Amino acid sequence: MEPVLISPASFKLFGFIPTVLFSVLIPIVGVGLFTYIIARRLEPIVKANPDFRFDRPMERIINVLKIWLGQYRHPRYMLAGVLHMIIFFGFLILSVRSSELVIKGISGDFIMPGLGGTLGDIYYFFKDYAATAVFFAVVIAAIRRGIVRPARYHYPESYGHDHTNEAIFVLAIIGTLMISESLYEACLVAAEVQKGLHATFLAPLTLAWLFKNIFLNASPATLQTLHIISYYVHDLTFFFFLCFLPMGKHFHVITSLFNVYFMRLERGNVRPVRYGVSDEELDDLESFGVKKFSDFTWKDVLDFYTCADCGRCSDQCPANTVKRPLSPRFISIKARDYAFSHFPLSGEFIAQEPLIGDIYTEDEIWSCTTCGACEQECPIGIEYINKIVDLRRGMVDEGNVPQTLQKPLSSLEKRGNPYGKMEKKRADWTKELEDCEVKILDKKTSAETLYFVDSVSSFDERMQEVARATSKILCSAGIDFGILGKAEKDSGNEVKRFGEEMLYQSLKDHNINAIKKSGVKKIVTADPHAYNTLKNEYTDIPPVEHISQVIVKGVASGRLKLKGVTEEEQEKVYTYHDPCYLGRHNGMYEDPRDAIDAIDGINRVEMLKNRDRSFCCSGGGLMLFYEPEEEERMGVVRVKMAQEAGASVIVTACPFCLVNMEDAIKVAGLEGKMEAIDLGELIVAHIDN
Amino acid sequence: MEILVCVKRVPDTSENEIEINSDGNDIERDDLVYSVNEWDNYAVEEAIQIVDKVGGSVTVVTVGDDESEEVLRREMAMGANNGLLLTDDAFEGSDGKGIATILKAAVEKGNYDLIMTGAQADEGAAQVGGMLAALMDYPYASLVNLIEPGDGKLKVGREIEGGNQEMNEIELPCVLSIQTGINEPRYVGIRGIRKVASVDIPELGAGDLGMDAGAVGADAAKVKRLDYFVPDMGEGAEMLEGSTEEIIEKLIEYLKAKGGLK
Amino acid sequence: MAEVFAYIKHADGVAEDSALELIVAAKKIAPDAPVTAVITGSGADLDKVCNEMAAIYNAVWKIDNAALAYPNAEVVRKALVNTLPGDSIVLLPHDTFGMDLGPGLSIKMDSTFVADIVEIEGTDGGTLKIVRQEFSGMASAHVTCDISGGTVLNIRPGVYQPDESKAGGEVVDKSGDAGDLSVKRTFIEVVEAEAGDVDITKSEILVSVGRGIEDEDNVEIVFDLAKAMGADVSCSRPIVDAKWLEKSRQVGTSGQTVKPKVYMAMGISGSFQHLGGIKGNPFIVAVNKNAKAPIFQVADVGIEADILEFIPELTEAIEGL
Repeated sequence: MEPVLISPASFKLFGFIPTVLFSVLIPIVGVGLFTYIIARRLEPIVKANPDFRFDRPMERIINVLKIWLGQYRHPRYMLAGVLHMIIFFGFLILSVRSSELVIKGISGDFIMPGLGGTLGDIYYFFKDYAATAVFFAVVIAAIRRGIVRPARYHYPESYGHDHTNEAIFVLAIIGTLMISESLYEACLVAAEVQKGLHATFLAPLTLAWLFKNIFLNASPATLQTLHIISYYVHDLTFFFFLCFLPMGKHFHVITSLFNVYFMRLERGNVRPVRYGVSDEELDDLESFGVKKFSDFTWKDVLDFYTCADCGRCSDQCPANTVKRPLSPRFISIKARDYAFSHFPLSGEFIAQEPLIGDIYTEDEIWSCTTCGACEQECPIGIEYINKIVDLRRGMVDEGNVPQTLQKPLSSLEKRGNPYGKMEKKRADWTKELEDCEVKILDKKTSAETLYFVDSVSSFDERMQEVARATSKILCSAGIDFGILGKAEKDSGNEVKRFGEEMLYQSLKDHNINAIKKSGVKKIVTADPHAYNTLKNEYTDIPPVEHISQVIVKGVASGRLKLKGVTEEEQEKVYTYHDPCYLGRHNGMYEDPRDAIDAIDGINRVEMLKNRDRSFCCSGGGLMLFYEPEEEERMGVVRVKMAQEAGASVIVTACPFCLVNMEDAIKVAGLEGKMEAIDLGELIVAHIDN
Repeated sequence: MEILVCVKRVPDTSENEIEINSDGNDIERDDLVYSVNEWDNYAVEEAIQIVDKVGGSVTVVTVGDDESEEVLRREMAMGANNGLLLTDDAFEGSDGKGIATILKAAVEKGNYDLIMTGAQADEGAAQVGGMLAALMDYPYASLVNLIEPGDGKLKVGREIEGGNQEMNEIELPCVLSIQTGINEPRYVGIRGIRKVASVDIPELGAGDLGMDAGAVGADAAKVKRLDYFVPDMGEGAEMLEGSTEEIIEKLIEYLKAKGGLK
Repeated sequence: MAEVFAYIKHADGVAEDSALELIVAAKKIAPDAPVTAVITGSGADLDKVCNEMAAIYNAVWKIDNAALAYPNAEVVRKALVNTLPGDSIVLLPHDTFGMDLGPGLSIKMDSTFVADIVEIEGTDGGTLKIVRQEFSGMASAHVTCDISGGTVLNIRPGVYQPDESKAGGEVVDKSGDAGDLSVKRTFIEVVEAEAGDVDITKSEILVSVGRGIEDEDNVEIVFDLAKAMGADVSCSRPIVDAKWLEKSRQVGTSGQTVKPKVYMAMGISGSFQHLGGIKGNPFIVAVNKNAKAPIFQVADVGIEADILEFIPELTEAIEGL
């Protein structure tokens, strides 16, 4: 049968130049260029430090199915998320059609294998809708990006120029692809209709359907011209787009699949100083941490390539919210710009300067509380905590530590606590405890359960209340427990995240030894920071529980009896603040809530940001001794959130959160209207044994 | 520039509660932790920064026992090139002049352009630097909070009363005592110390230094500490007691009476 | 007994407070011995001080030389070594000048040296018994010093109340004995501290904050209290070192000298360097967690409390008046 329009495979430009030449040339040049670009882009990845990401393939495939293919995290930002999902799924659908078109330019009758029959009919029906949906999503996205301009895309001047133009340009490219593909199709169908042939069915209200109706009365020559032009516009745009992707933030179109596959599987841990180097061999390493770009691991570089600059991490980042000099997305973007400029597409690679002082500042790296909100949010599995810690390791290795932090570090080294208090006073908090005996475990005294108190609860006057409340709960629940007393040293959770790995190792080794010697079968702690590192980073120790788990079990078994709220408490509205190291890092969201709800008649509400979107109190550990510049305290922001939720009592399950919230209530001027209480203290007030 | 920095191992007052032992002849040392004297640490950092700028090497020296070696290592982990431990039973009980005399012997064994000490140490005397300079006939400047190296001389700033700074030009070789705040000393972690753990630190006694042991030590000391005692609280403050409300009430009365409220 | 000399520091023709304190210290060593003021300098200002001191000391030795116009410790040392008898008892204030001069002077005079003396208990033959403080003032010590061959004693400023009694001595010009005053350290200039937005030296009421404030963010509670009291905010050295407040607010020998009516020492332990900056005998209120803090020895009223808790409550109470 004579085709109604000459296909690009057979068309002759000006009557003598066969366009099939272009059909062959464009893909060859496009693919060749693309291969070259990718090879150059792979260079920094190949040169980077090792990273072990090849284990547990099943879990990784599930991540890909859920987070990449399923776009699981996208609807957390509803409008942007849905638009992205339309474009993403549209792209997936249309990729088949686009590939088919490329070959059609060479062989006019080509049909993608499998799409010849009914399946093809269904596919062609839906792909037109897909293209139309993508087109409209692109238009809305462009309006949003170019005119509405949501705040989270804002670029502070110090971080370079913004990406709005790039974003709009790419949206235009996508739009062009959609229009040209539809027009190509529409011209063909319009010609079929004109000739009275059995016209290919076009799904109603699609772009192709619209174009068909517009051009129904166009001359056959016009249709032929448009048919050929739209084909090559599509073909050129397609390969241009392919080569344009690795130039900027749209690299994620290619890399996100891999990035999600290789994303971190464990939470609550920090990667080793160097993969493949055991703790014992650390002394042999010349250098610690990331000082230059090539000190990053290959997954870090992949992260940088993959960042789409969507701004979700920074939008969730508490440091960024209070205007500390840290915005996680720029950790990635600045490093990507660095990679692109120092590993250019042509010519020699440029020698590397230390990153701190070049693209990052010290305060930027110290600003992070390691709360993990950024990683929780990233739709394509980009990590920040490991990089921040590695950059800190680099600074610590160079001796580059703020003066105010040197004292607590030296105290931790000498006394095992950041205050420089004497070891023998570590158990002094027990002296004020009534009706509850706290054993101090040693050669003669043993217990089944160890209560690991950690430094802050041992020495800080306010936090000691948490230690006493915890002890009372353990006593009331009839648990045979004791503490290590002067044999306990700081758990080191913060020390590790501060980047002082060797000090962490010595604290950890000491504690593991002391725990083993004590002969306990279980460990309980009320400090989520201690909980985190004991559970995720200590080895060869008994299982660790947080006190909220003990409370829930105690209530369930009836060993812990709680009375209901008092008349005064009935007036109060409680809200639970998720500590980062209990929630995001260890997934413990329900136990503390269940423990609160075990108090009969308690009125508990949720803050807007709860569970994995909890807002860090400004963090524990060494940040008590150092705070970068900020406009407002994180705690104050959080307290205001509680106020908005209508709460009058903030319940926390972490001593750091408690003191930060109490401070913040004072700073916010909400004394008398708002109070903070530790979960343990709340429970102790209701024990009815 | 060849720089010698004199350092001392002292009980860290910020990490210890200083108590007098029952005999009153010493402080209770059982639970003490020691570190390098804070002022000395600034001096070493300054020396390293000068050498980074103009070249040369930094040697850290201390008079003490075997345990003093740890502070030398810590300073070497910071970046000092050499350590020198001056140790001898004959040195024990030396007064300030005795220590300065021992250090003089060490200075004479080397070829140093610049000698630094901390402005003061645990005894708060601020004396060894000035004595060493006088013994060597070198010029001296104390409480230095700025050093600009020049040709055969230094421009130094001294911290004086009123937050002012006294600028001087001083010829090399010279002795400077360093005030805190002159720089921001770098952090030294366990890793840094382990890196220099096996570096050999020479130990020199009176004989090695070619000095008269009789000129130093307890017998030669003309300034001697008899005992320690808890400072007499004297009249002291009237301590306000009671509940916070009561205390505040009393305090406000006082403040009103003394013109403390406007 | 050897002759006793007190070195008089002066500026702009006025003797410093230590001039009247050293004579008290001298009397503690030898109650009946004459005390000679030794004054170095140049020109009319020097004469003015000499005449002023002649009314107080038993004698005044004047050393006038252009090289002594600014008290460069190296030059002063040469002048003193050349002028004073070898076995002299020389008293100096333990300030930034005395620390610069004393140790080297003792070596060059081949005598003994004791720094930062807080009390002189008396002499026994050729031995002087004094009290010093060590470990940042956390422990005191009795120290003996052989003064038979002369000695240099640095007396902590402010430990003795000035003695205004008149002795009525003569000014003796010793300028001719000073000899060669060439030294290897040249004074260039004094760089004045930058003036801050508040001149605490003129404040009547000061709320002064120390290490007890713990964190930069907490500093604002001190400002709140100062506002309620109508006071200005000053601080101790660690606060300036941490860059939480500007240098112009620092009280102490390395900061400003203040003369308020009321001084609220909040979370300040009270090192002598800090106390050295408080003059004019103000009413001192000390609030500190540590009952053993030296500040309680000099304060009029003390409160053992955590300033982070105490200050907001006090502010509230004052605001409610």
